[in-house]
Amino acid sequence: MTDGAPPDLQALGITKRFGPLTALKEVNFRLRSSRFHALLGENGAGKSTLVKCIMGYYHSDAGTILLDQQPVTIRNPRDAQTFGIGMVYQQFTLIPNMTILENLVISKAKLNSIINWQEEEFQLTEFMEKMPFKVPLSARVSSLAAGEKQKVEILKQLALQNRILILDEPTSVLTPQEADEVLGHLRAMTLARQLSVLIITHKLREVAAFADEVTVLRKGQCVGSGQVSELKISQMAEMMVGSEVTVKPKHRTVLSKKVPKLVLQDIRVKDDIGVEVVRGLHLTIHEGEIVGVAGVSGNGQRELIEVLAGQRRAVAGTIRVQGQPFQPTREKIMQHKMCCLPEEPLQNTCVGRMTVSENLAFRNFDVEPHAVGGWLISRPALRRSAFELIERYNIKPPYPDIPIQSLSGGNVQRAVLARELSAEVEILIIANPCFGLDFLATEEIRLQIVAARNRGTAVLLISEDLDEILELSDRTVVMFNGQLVYETASSGADLAIIGRHMTGDTT
Amino acid sequence: MEAGWWGVLIAVLGGAIRIGTPFLFVSLGECLTEKSGRINLGLEGTLVMGAMTGYAVSLHSGSPWLGVLCAGLAGMMLGALHSWLCSFQRVNDIAVGIAMMLFGTGLAFFLGKPYIQPSAPQLPSIDLGGWSDIPQLKAALQINALFLVGIAMAIALGWMLNNTAWGLKVRVVGENADAARALGLPVDRIRILSTAQGGFLAGIGGSYLSLYYPFNWSEGLSSGQGLMAVALVIFARWQPLWCLWVSLLWGGAAALGPSLQSVGITGGYYIFNAIPYIMTLAVMIITCSPRRTLVGVPHELTVTR
Repeated sequence: MTDGAPPDLQALGITKRFGPLTALKEVNFRLRSSRFHALLGENGAGKSTLVKCIMGYYHSDAGTILLDQQPVTIRNPRDAQTFGIGMVYQQFTLIPNMTILENLVISKAKLNSIINWQEEEFQLTEFMEKMPFKVPLSARVSSLAAGEKQKVEILKQLALQNRILILDEPTSVLTPQEADEVLGHLRAMTLARQLSVLIITHKLREVAAFADEVTVLRKGQCVGSGQVSELKISQMAEMMVGSEVTVKPKHRTVLSKKVPKLVLQDIRVKDDIGVEVVRGLHLTIHEGEIVGVAGVSGNGQRELIEVLAGQRRAVAGTIRVQGQPFQPTREKIMQHKMCCLPEEPLQNTCVGRMTVSENLAFRNFDVEPHAVGGWLISRPALRRSAFELIERYNIKPPYPDIPIQSLSGGNVQRAVLARELSAEVEILIIANPCFGLDFLATEEIRLQIVAARNRGTAVLLISEDLDEILELSDRTVVMFNGQLVYETASSGADLAIIGRHMTGDTT
Repeated sequence: MEAGWWGVLIAVLGGAIRIGTPFLFVSLGECLTEKSGRINLGLEGTLVMGAMTGYAVSLHSGSPWLGVLCAGLAGMMLGALHSWLCSFQRVNDIAVGIAMMLFGTGLAFFLGKPYIQPSAPQLPSIDLGGWSDIPQLKAALQINALFLVGIAMAIALGWMLNNTAWGLKVRVVGENADAARALGLPVDRIRILSTAQGGFLAGIGGSYLSLYYPFNWSEGLSSGQGLMAVALVIFARWQPLWCLWVSLLWGGAAALGPSLQSVGITGGYYIFNAIPYIMTLAVMIITCSPRRTLVGVPHELTVTR
């Protein structure tokens, strides 16, 4: 790593338009040398667009970037790297089938034509000695937990001798402990004047705990900035969302009787490469109850949902739905009144190129009134039902005849929720329902889920967002390594204990 | 009868090498191509084109080795054409591969009409069985130099993929094109070069057919080796050295029928000849489960995405 403090980075008057939409409007932003700066804002506020303009992914329509007060032109991410600016993306860019060593070597700007693995390993081991955290170089990336992958991504940038590090929601896939560890190390490196850090986030807790300065964006404009020490969390939250919204506590009705609706016994599931990832799971969900499954992704949650959605077969175990054995056929699912909102619904339960009205009718296109006599599809009936759902669930834009893939993420989520909740539902399986949604959409969807619960639906909620689980669920269970390892009532649950179980630490 | 069974075993081993060599070249070529994230089904056409080119050049120049080189170059051109076509948006490599297979065989038949009758010089073989006085063993150890080249190629390719910048780049492109672009790697160029190199190897495999065994040029020369190579590579788990063992296995299976015939067992001759195809089918069925993905498969392959 070169000596001297990291350069001072300034973005002045950045404007970026996508067609008629102005994503950024004359945004000013400054990352001082060796500071830990947080860029706060809702989804769609323009945070990612701003850093992509800095990195050279996008070319801003107006504005300049200054490094140590000198204007610079950054045409692409490679250019950014020559200026010592590196970025860690939300999605991992590591290659899962390769080892950490191979991943770090391949990212070097200049590769020797014949790779001397001993030499590379020696150099990287030496480099790692100076780093605050260690990763096993010979491990395959696919075998790492999310927190470890995030560390490798950061190390990759540091090994390239970048002095300014931009991280896009770096903690969204980490446990609270992992997040604190990673951010703590970055904080230490800024204090040692080795690094400047800019993190994009919407987690106010992390901003308050780690950042020196904060800049808040809303609707493409800079609405505030300042020293974190001089701001209250409530002030930052107000800047982020404007003054109009606050989290309303959700009304819950209490049901007197406890009728088990979904019973899972000793479920075992294998993943795509034949490894058993759900390893003997027991769970009972009652009428009018939300059970939240907390856990770091990759502990079998995805496979469990696929089993319940009928997309994968369990290798062992029994599933009983309202006392009957579970069979994922169309007739049985209808009879069970079991619905599913998996993560990434556009990929998992929609056909992107089919229209909104067609997608909305996937559960009931073959019954009256959508199918005359059970076989002839009536387009007018489909459109009528679609209009009704679009209206009720506030899906935008309100056109039933456009391909569903042209909707934004939040609206796809609303559409799928509308489809799944449109009929009477006894059991609802949901995974990460608010991932990537803005504040308002999140609130709306959560209200719908609690409303379904109050009508007596048994809800299984699998989420990577612990706050979401604690807010919505009646009972929280922790999934680790394919098993449920901890259970607690959600009200008054101890975050620290849950976090420890999420990482398998039971001491 | 005891000696007869030994004879069968030796004949199968000899056949494994003799029939397995073209499998080896084609599967190494396919392996390299697939490592870069593309499937080239056109290698069947490349094989036939290589056979024709090798035979023709050998006939005209009198040098079978020059024929081998030209067969490789012809294969390289077909490979480059395939991957160039595939580098356009929304072009499917499987569809292009089938078109290239028909194009390659058609072109070879068209250009190869004059070479069906004349006899070209044959590739020399190395006699490794001189120490023995069992005639069957002697015959089995008549090994073509191209087989040794193939072994060297398998080792070299495996080493290259793991130890050179080029090999690492090919793997990154095959594993995750987006990550490769983020690293600033020219994805299309790397794929074109890999597919062209793969075509070169397949072309050499073709020249082996026409210049050594079965040593003639006719329209029925290839019997699907180019297509079976795709299954071989899956069976070899995309590892070059495994391609060697798997090619020998397929070669041995193909040699079973003739070997049994040589000791007088003629019953079920056609069934025995069908063994390589049955094995190919079996590999495809066993490895293609809807519930699991293969270990080692390059993630960018269109068939697995």
